[in-house]
Amino acid sequence: MSDPSPTRVDTWSIEHIVRTMAPLLLVLSVLELGSGLVLESLQSTYLGNPTLLVLVPVMIGMGGNLGAIIAARLSTQLHLGTISFDPREPQLRAGILAIMALAGTVFTVLAVVAFGLGHLLGAPMALSALLTISLVSGLSLAAIAIVLGIGATWISYRRGYDPDDVTVPVVTNVCDILGVVILSTVSIAVL
Amino acid sequence: MDARGSAWAIYRESLPVLLVSLAGGIFAGFVLGTPAMVEGFESYPGLLLALPAFLATRGNVYGALGARIASGLHQGIVEPRLRRQRRLVNAVVAAVVNGLSMSVFIGVASWTILTVQPGRSPAPLPELVAVLVLAALSTAVVLIVGLLTLVFAGYRRGVDPDNLIGPIVTTLGDVFGVVFLFVSITIVGVVV
Repeated sequence: MSDPSPTRVDTWSIEHIVRTMAPLLLVLSVLELGSGLVLESLQSTYLGNPTLLVLVPVMIGMGGNLGAIIAARLSTQLHLGTISFDPREPQLRAGILAIMALAGTVFTVLAVVAFGLGHLLGAPMALSALLTISLVSGLSLAAIAIVLGIGATWISYRRGYDPDDVTVPVVTNVCDILGVVILSTVSIAVL
Repeated sequence: MDARGSAWAIYRESLPVLLVSLAGGIFAGFVLGTPAMVEGFESYPGLLLALPAFLATRGNVYGALGARIASGLHQGIVEPRLRRQRRLVNAVVAAVVNGLSMSVFIGVASWTILTVQPGRSPAPLPELVAVLVLAALSTAVVLIVGLLTLVFAGYRRGVDPDNLIGPIVTTLGDVFGVVFLFVSITIVGVVV
């Protein structure tokens, strides 16, 4: 299949994609190593509560998932030229509403399932403690993810970056890092 | 459409995939907590430190690949089919190049961080890097095939790929990232 419309800068060349992403990936990896340090320093807390350990990958990934929903929508709207950053604008408000509702649902289910698994693991935790840890951490993460998703797209838009290469990685990573930090802070406060 | 109505639409479209992602995350949590995996972390100091960065790199590289493919689909310049197309091939090759080079970097960085900390000694550098690169390569194959298949299938059925990518990447990345990390620890342990 031949390329019908070669543009001045070929944004689909291997070199362009690698060069656009590599510096950002490096910076984000360094930040993630900070998250790794938190995880390693609290190793005994997590290993002492295996039920808490079950929450870790979800806490790392879900904030990024939620932020990516809004970031990817905004990114596509930017490409299509229909973007708006006004939170009163129905399209954006709908995204925010949906994400908070999704977070409430997902982190409630997580707490209940982890409660059941805690019994299977022989290290049960109180349902109230798990619900508090999961929902407080999860809803805080969702709020941060929304702010980051909108902010990062706005900056890409102003600076002329391709949001596909910028927004989703920034949102996902900051949420990954904060996921471990927020979960650790809330757990220590509750337990 | 009013905000409440379209919020409900986004909620209904996103929830099933997020629940799959949730199941994947819980599965990954279990694998991390198994005695064999804990033993692996103990025999390769530096690996737990590398874990968030390793898992996040899957999300970064393949999340961006997915977002790029989604925009290409929306703009009509990528066909929703698994066949040779210049843009698709380039995007995939670039993702693999980025994924592997970041794994090398994360291995070296984790090794360095533990080396400079007093009283800590990391696993030998070649072994640490070998575990991460092997795991990254195996995960890449599953993630690329899985991501493209699911996004194209979803798109052809009228599901907006924007709502699919994040959860697909996180779920496959969590499950296969942790499983292949375990497999790589075992393989490197046998070879060394």
